[in-house]
Amino acid sequence: MASKALRGLTSAEVGAATTAALLFFVCLIVAGMTDHSGYAFHMVIFTLASGWAFFTVINRGFDPESAPPPRTIDGKPNYNMGPIKVATIAAMGWGIAGFLVGLVIALQLAFPALNFDLPWTNFGRLRPLHTSAVIFAFGGNVLIATSLYVVQRTCRARLAGELAPWFVVLGYNLFIVIAGTGYLLGITQGKEYAEPEWYADLFLTTVWVTYLLVFLGTIWRRDEPHIYVANWFFIGFIVTIAVLHLGNNAAIPVSILSPKSYIIWSGIQDAMFQWWYGHNAVGFFLTAGFLGIMYYFIPKRAERPVYSYRLSIIHFWSLIFMYIWAGPHHLHYTALPDWAQTLGMTFSIMLWMPSWGGMINGLMTLSGAWDRLRTDPVLRMMVVSVAFYGMATFEGPLMSIKAVNALSHYTDWTIGHVHSGALGWVGYISFGAIYCLVPWLWKKERLYSDRLVEWHFWISTIGIVLYISAMWVSGIMQGLMWRAYTNLGFLEYSFVETVEAMHPYYVIRALGGLLFLCGALIMAYNLWRTIVDPAVRSVAVARQSVPMAAE
Amino acid sequence: MAQMYQWLASIAQSFGAIYFVALFALIVAYALWPKNRAKFDRAAHVPLDRE
Repeated sequence: MASKALRGLTSAEVGAATTAALLFFVCLIVAGMTDHSGYAFHMVIFTLASGWAFFTVINRGFDPESAPPPRTIDGKPNYNMGPIKVATIAAMGWGIAGFLVGLVIALQLAFPALNFDLPWTNFGRLRPLHTSAVIFAFGGNVLIATSLYVVQRTCRARLAGELAPWFVVLGYNLFIVIAGTGYLLGITQGKEYAEPEWYADLFLTTVWVTYLLVFLGTIWRRDEPHIYVANWFFIGFIVTIAVLHLGNNAAIPVSILSPKSYIIWSGIQDAMFQWWYGHNAVGFFLTAGFLGIMYYFIPKRAERPVYSYRLSIIHFWSLIFMYIWAGPHHLHYTALPDWAQTLGMTFSIMLWMPSWGGMINGLMTLSGAWDRLRTDPVLRMMVVSVAFYGMATFEGPLMSIKAVNALSHYTDWTIGHVHSGALGWVGYISFGAIYCLVPWLWKKERLYSDRLVEWHFWISTIGIVLYISAMWVSGIMQGLMWRAYTNLGFLEYSFVETVEAMHPYYVIRALGGLLFLCGALIMAYNLWRTIVDPAVRSVAVARQSVPMAAE
Repeated sequence: MAQMYQWLASIAQSFGAIYFVALFALIVAYALWPKNRAKFDRAAHVPLDRE
């Protein structure tokens, strides 16, 4: 029955295979012709990946099992969870890698000998590896996994496209590999949080546009008339990141054979573009996207509707209207015109209102179910994350005030602030979402161990508290030492004296990071056992055994 | 260049400001409109209803 076994390639498969084949040859030629070894290495990776993609797509085209699956089975949506599972596992893996590199560079600050005097392990190269690994690799995979899950569930529709969701997940992770190895090899455009060079940026653009199309395409075919608020936050996140990425990476490569490019903005315009990008990466990647997670996973886990749906609409739009203007607060007392600095400060202070509106909305969703915090460590993790969101979004506006910024800027206070948001808010809401997602995706009745979640929660919480309090003390001390004068009008401390004074706090910070990493390792073990341990029954088995127990 | 700047600045300071404020006011009115209450109450239950 050979004729039955064969099926024709779909037009999407033909397009994907053709593109992969073209990319294969272009990258192969560039790899052979360039005299930059790091760039050649990246082109080889792209060549291998596109070659693999070509054969996989063609192979799939001849596999009768892979014929486009039905959108619904027995009237129920036939959800596409494969790519989401991969993104969830990737998030956990990158998370551990990113936390580990963070611990290494924290130790390097306390004990500089750990730089090993090698270019690849130098703090300057490992630091962007850490920030990108935790924000874009860990956070990005969490956002892709949760957004593609939530949009299917709340729209009651299968993901748009069959190859496209796979391209989004695998392509995004390929971008991470290119970006991360690039930093270690010294390939960077030197823009904070936008370090990848032009070719990686170009590739990410195609992945991101596909992501947007998959997301919108799924909403387009929805069975539920109303578009649930979490999806609005995800759309806001995807669209804005696309705009920011294009604006801040408008660069012209030296040659197709070189990884080096030059940005078209110059001087203060470049600085303003960079921090418009930088702060909105915080506002739309680390806030709007994760608020989408909050608005789905907290109601779902607490089994209660969100406290106020109207507040959630106002929360969304006021966040969108205000965040975009807050970037200039990164450039206080620079060559940026004074009015622009004041504008950035004013909008940052106004942002306090929508942020706290959102926090109240998240927390009050638990009203009447507060007892769950005692019994459900996963829900507790997510609620604590919302509390950290409230703390970080109170501290941020405070630090954007020029007089406060004069003390806080360029000190460890900023690092402490970022980490209370990143570890507390983004980390905990992600952990909570993954703890929910894994049993749902692998159709398990429960997690392997709630006790291990308890351990994770408390170990990480102690880690966060050590980290942020050490950085607050260190940062304020550092700022005060910088501005201390003797009675003769000379600066009281040399720079190196401030560095020496900070040493104990750097050690405490590294200890906090170690605890946070330990928590994540416990989590990974728990998730792995949830997936593979036969003692954790699948939902189907659990359902079958219920009537038997009744008998 | 200066002319371009003048032109963009005058649009931003007049039409742009009014447009954004009006748009935001409309959104708030939509969110708080009493008639929309039932619709939003239903929407809030979307994650909790049948799978």
